Amino acid sequence: MKIKSTKINDTFAEAFKMWGARVLITAETRQWALAAAQSMTGFATSVIGCKCEAGIEKELAASETPDQRPGVSVLVFATDSEGLGKRLVERIGQCVMTCPTTACFNGLDAENNVVVGGQLRYFGDGYQSSKKIQQRRYWRIPVMDGEFMVDETFAVQPAVGGGNILLIGKDLKTTLRAANAATKAMRQVDGVILPFPDGVVRSGSKVGSKYKSLIASTNDAYCPTLRGVVTESNVVDGAHCVLEIVIDGLDVEAVEQAMRVGLQAAAKPGIKLITAGNYGGNLGQFKIHLKDLVGEAA
Amino acid sequence: MSLELSMHTPPEVPLEAELLTPDRTVGMDSNAVSGIAIQHGNRQVTVGDFFTVKGKGEGELHLEGDLSRVKHLGSGMSSGSLYIHGDVGEHLGAGMSGGKIVIDGNAGSWVGPEMSGGRIIIKGDAKHLVGSAYRGSAVGITGGEIYIHGNVKNETGHGMRNGLIVAGGNSGDFTGVNMLAGTIIVLGEMGIRSGAGMKRGTIISMHPTEMLPTFSYNCDFNPIFLRLMLRALQSQNFNIEDKQITGKYQRWSGDSVEMNRGEILIFRE
Repeated sequence: MKIKSTKINDTFAEAFKMWGARVLITAETRQWALAAAQSMTGFATSVIGCKCEAGIEKELAASETPDQRPGVSVLVFATDSEGLGKRLVERIGQCVMTCPTTACFNGLDAENNVVVGGQLRYFGDGYQSSKKIQQRRYWRIPVMDGEFMVDETFAVQPAVGGGNILLIGKDLKTTLRAANAATKAMRQVDGVILPFPDGVVRSGSKVGSKYKSLIASTNDAYCPTLRGVVTESNVVDGAHCVLEIVIDGLDVEAVEQAMRVGLQAAAKPGIKLITAGNYGGNLGQFKIHLKDLVGEAA
Repeated sequence: MSLELSMHTPPEVPLEAELLTPDRTVGMDSNAVSGIAIQHGNRQVTVGDFFTVKGKGEGELHLEGDLSRVKHLGSGMSSGSLYIHGDVGEHLGAGMSGGKIVIDGNAGSWVGPEMSGGRIIIKGDAKHLVGSAYRGSAVGITGGEIYIHGNVKNETGHGMRNGLIVAGGNSGDFTGVNMLAGTIIVLGEMGIRSGAGMKRGTIISMHPTEMLPTFSYNCDFNPIFLRLMLRALQSQNFNIEDKQITGKYQRWSGDSVEMNRGEILIFRE
């Protein structure tokens, strides 16, 4: 199976059931909305070490936001709804409320809700007040540039984490270029984020370790420097670099679409093989087969 | 099919028609509705004595004619839609908890007193004590929305504890008197002594107004919540200018004779 000159492995990405939320951050200018969003999505690459995965979904024009100011849509994912609620309180409280001029709105319509503004309101020390507008309650917390306004509750919904593709290239430069092309295409898909730095991860992991305290460790089968060391290396001949793109989405269809466009964009001369990471199908609830994505794209 | 009542005999003294609500008439045919007892002055009469009734009650009730002497329409309703094609008398939607009332014309005093939910839309004017507490009661409306596209008179939102009252035109004096919480928006000129005795809540005026000396000026700012509220009002066909959405408002806090946690926001040109 090939896209142009790049071979596509007949395997599947093993993705996991997660819980997701969409947070709309608005501010006086695009700069401040982005500053808050970047702060909120920092240190949120993997649930393994960060308790959640988060990223910027897209920027929003003023006409697309509840308060008609420039905005940014952020997606946050965690392994359960309770944990997701805690992460939202922490991150909105520490990264959005602190950022000048911002307001923060729920961006999802779902059955389950977690209380966010209803907890952050206590920062107002009794001076906070609320307003109910079109059946939604918002909290107004006095801050030094005016007020911070935040939705009382945020909707959370079942979501999908851990969609992925692995790009195996002839060298670092070629593989980076392909990864950049793929992430650029994937960011056009609504409902997904790429939680790693600029969407790309070099330290792919496997489950477990020789060290008992670690639940994950380096994915040695994809480390070029270990090709001659490990018993089964997946670094193909002529390849000297492997980069992974991980995708979290609000539903499996969005993750599949991101992977589909990513495969097409990443398939460039010098990319020897594109494959996907899985655990034999024993851990994740979703199997996203590359052959289905390539077939549909073709 | 909706229920349609057309007035054929104007009453000489007020009719008290609190039983005429869309929820109470569900499942009733025209004969049953014609037989509903209503009060005409000090006499008990029936709906059929004053109205021609057509259709069947399925949660939507239309009344037509000069109903300015018909009181308590929609009182206590909890669901359904009540449309009045003409003027209506006092105590409209008193104590209602849900549903929608739409008036094409003007309304008398006491619109939605002590209501707890639902929505009242009046396309004309209303008189005194819109969304208020009854005399002797400390708490006015505890929820719901009242939209009046025209003018209102005195004591709008008296003792209001929650909900939203919007006047597209001018308001009289003592707007939000003894208010406990909630929001009152006056798009036209607002009378004097607004917010007297208010504890919490928000009164918004789009024009300069005379403030009581027990209110303190805080700052000028653009309240984000108001952007959302005004956008919602635009969708209700209120005339909201963009500068009112994006502009700055003076914030005054008061009433200092009470908790001083209320606010009056005044749009600055």
